Amino acid sequence: MSADLNVVGQSVARSDGIGHVTGRTQFFGDRTFPGMLHLKMVRSPLHHARIRGVDLSKAERVSGFVRALTWKDVPHNLYTILGLIGVEPEEEYVLAEDRVRFRGEAIIAIVAETEAAAHEAVSKVRLDLEELPAVFDVEEALLPGAPIVTSWGNNTFMYEGHPCRRVRLGDVDAAFERADHIVEGVYNTSPIEQAPLETTGCIAVPEANGRFTVYTNTQALYFSLDNTAIILQVPGNRLHFVGGTVGGGFGGKVDVIVEPIATLAAMLTNRPVRFAYSRSEEMQVSSTRSAWRIYIKDGISRDGHILARKVTSYADSGAYSRQTPYALTKHAANAAGPYAIPNVSIDAYCVFTNRQPASAMRGFGVTMASFALEVQMDRIAERVGLDPWTIRFINAYHDGDIKPHRKLAEDATLIETMQAAAALVGRELPDDLRAMTSAPRGAGHDGGRD
Amino acid sequence: MARLRGTGIAAVNYPTGMNLGGDPSQALIHATTSGSFVVSLSATDLGQGLRTVIGQIAAETLGVEFGEIVIDTADTDTGPHDMGTFASRATHRVGNAVIAAALEARRALLDVASEELEAAVDDLEIDGHGNLMVKGAPSRSVRVADIAALAQFKYGRTISGRGSYMKAKSPVDPETGAMDPDSTEAHACTVAEVEVDTETGEVTVLSIKSAYEVGRQVNPALVAGQIAGGAWMGMSHALYETTAPYYPAPDHSPRDFSEYLMPGTLEMPEIESVVLEMPSSNGPYGVKGIGEMTANSPIPAIVNAIYHATGVRIDDLPVTPEKILRGLEARQPGPA
Repeated sequence: MSADLNVVGQSVARSDGIGHVTGRTQFFGDRTFPGMLHLKMVRSPLHHARIRGVDLSKAERVSGFVRALTWKDVPHNLYTILGLIGVEPEEEYVLAEDRVRFRGEAIIAIVAETEAAAHEAVSKVRLDLEELPAVFDVEEALLPGAPIVTSWGNNTFMYEGHPCRRVRLGDVDAAFERADHIVEGVYNTSPIEQAPLETTGCIAVPEANGRFTVYTNTQALYFSLDNTAIILQVPGNRLHFVGGTVGGGFGGKVDVIVEPIATLAAMLTNRPVRFAYSRSEEMQVSSTRSAWRIYIKDGISRDGHILARKVTSYADSGAYSRQTPYALTKHAANAAGPYAIPNVSIDAYCVFTNRQPASAMRGFGVTMASFALEVQMDRIAERVGLDPWTIRFINAYHDGDIKPHRKLAEDATLIETMQAAAALVGRELPDDLRAMTSAPRGAGHDGGRD
Repeated sequence: MARLRGTGIAAVNYPTGMNLGGDPSQALIHATTSGSFVVSLSATDLGQGLRTVIGQIAAETLGVEFGEIVIDTADTDTGPHDMGTFASRATHRVGNAVIAAALEARRALLDVASEELEAAVDDLEIDGHGNLMVKGAPSRSVRVADIAALAQFKYGRTISGRGSYMKAKSPVDPETGAMDPDSTEAHACTVAEVEVDTETGEVTVLSIKSAYEVGRQVNPALVAGQIAGGAWMGMSHALYETTAPYYPAPDHSPRDFSEYLMPGTLEMPEIESVVLEMPSSNGPYGVKGIGEMTANSPIPAIVNAIYHATGVRIDDLPVTPEKILRGLEARQPGPA
């Protein structure tokens, strides 16, 4: 701890701790407003279908029904969340038009006086759907003849003309030729749920001055406001977003799904509208972490140095992009791990399937790379006959090393962190590993490599 | 049948922040009549304690007590732009913006004090406890609160500051992937110890012991909270969680926590950690982001420990008892 600091470095009691543990912190869902309506979604029961028709007549007769919203009510119904920062194309529907691409996709929004009335009206909507073939596996989705999920004719996100995010450093094929060992692995991970205690939701309130206040648990207040303004085609100054207190996010609250439709419903009814996911919607409809399949091929020298690493990764984006195209870029920047490898080739595919959309989650694009790489490191150690500590030390990156994406490493401390972990568990490291540092490689230093 | 024990390790790094189209956070600070400082933001506290660490950074830079800082977030009518709380970016980005705003507010405070005390700004200091004094002359000391009041009622000045921090956009070269995607890297190394019941396939995690290098801890208790939560989440990813139990088939997807399995407190192992502080070049007081990273290293450490215990290498998450039993069965010699 730096002696010249007063309060940075001190475990001061968190300012909201008492409120959290006594239940007095106000979350969005603790608010209530006179005349507040409740919004529930009519969702697709099928993974992939053409919408032939929707019959609202029975729903409209439910006591407490106020109105239904269809795609025709949404001023800019086709959007993509990352459009704000230039990601194209717009490809997700606020409300489905003629086709649904995943089970749970929103088709009709029902607004009613009570939650129970909204649920009942939703149950009375009759959908006429024609089921279409669906695809759920990232590699099957890339085969010729696979059902096409997107509007642009194949099932991958296109990165400046490439079907994957590429990273290239050196010449992996030449390095594989001269490697003493080739070690290969295939790693699969299941989609998972962010599982915050507080489900995603908001309340949109019409104000007397013509503006709309939106109380929301978004992780990104302006991102939600700006996307809502685009979807509703209103100037941003008509929207006032209030948030900042959230019962867990883990990436699950960056998708801007509830605010646009709740605000539109408030505009069309001139009443406050609450739209909050049930736990079942949080699990079955809201974004998950992508499923990943990661192929790794490593060329290793006799003494255990990784000469070349080739990674081919497929992340399941589900039916729409949301944040996943960027997850693949982040993955590609980290898919070789914290190791110095002179020859690297990475192809990272963002694949569309008929699964519920994936999006951000803690560790975004990196967690599953770390899993695959660190199991792979043990495979390499076993093959060359080194222990799991040594294989990591001798390949660890140093300050000044070039990373596969051609950024020079700085603030590298993998070696010091491993030394501290070894000390914590009482693992005696050999003298040469104990003497290592992450300092730049230089004359006489330990890092001499070919 | 037996209970087999094994140990596994994993070492990871994790990027702080991102470069998506430019990655900004902004902050505004103003002093009240009573000498408190209001920090206006639109950043979100997800429960990790952002309000607290930002208050600490503001207090440190202004030289006042933590209790004098009021964090006003998040409201788009009053808070300047913030990209959002994700990518292990918030303490780094918002902290840097708050330091910039606090330095400008501190300068405005010292300008007023300079007139009131008839001393040059360079000769003034603030002691970290809300006292403002002429260096080397402790008798010429005033409270920051008194200067704040004088600024309003005697000098007619604002004591305020604006701060912004942005990681500039870095376009990715589509051929080589050349890019500058982050601000710094934090590091972790985890050693996990497990016990595997070869009759049931059940894995008991006995301990998760880790070292973390996080640049600087603003609040060690909150860092410890991230570490405990991350260890739990990593263990949960490794052994329990899936929304598609028969992946890639979408059938039998869970609807609630009775169907979506996670470890409870009784399943939690001993968690022990050590935190290294090697300040980053661009973080506020040297901070690196720790938020996301703590869930990462436990996953491969646990999977490697299962292999060490059983000789069964499982490359598919989650590692369920079924996968372990099938792996053990495959290692048995076949019937004669």
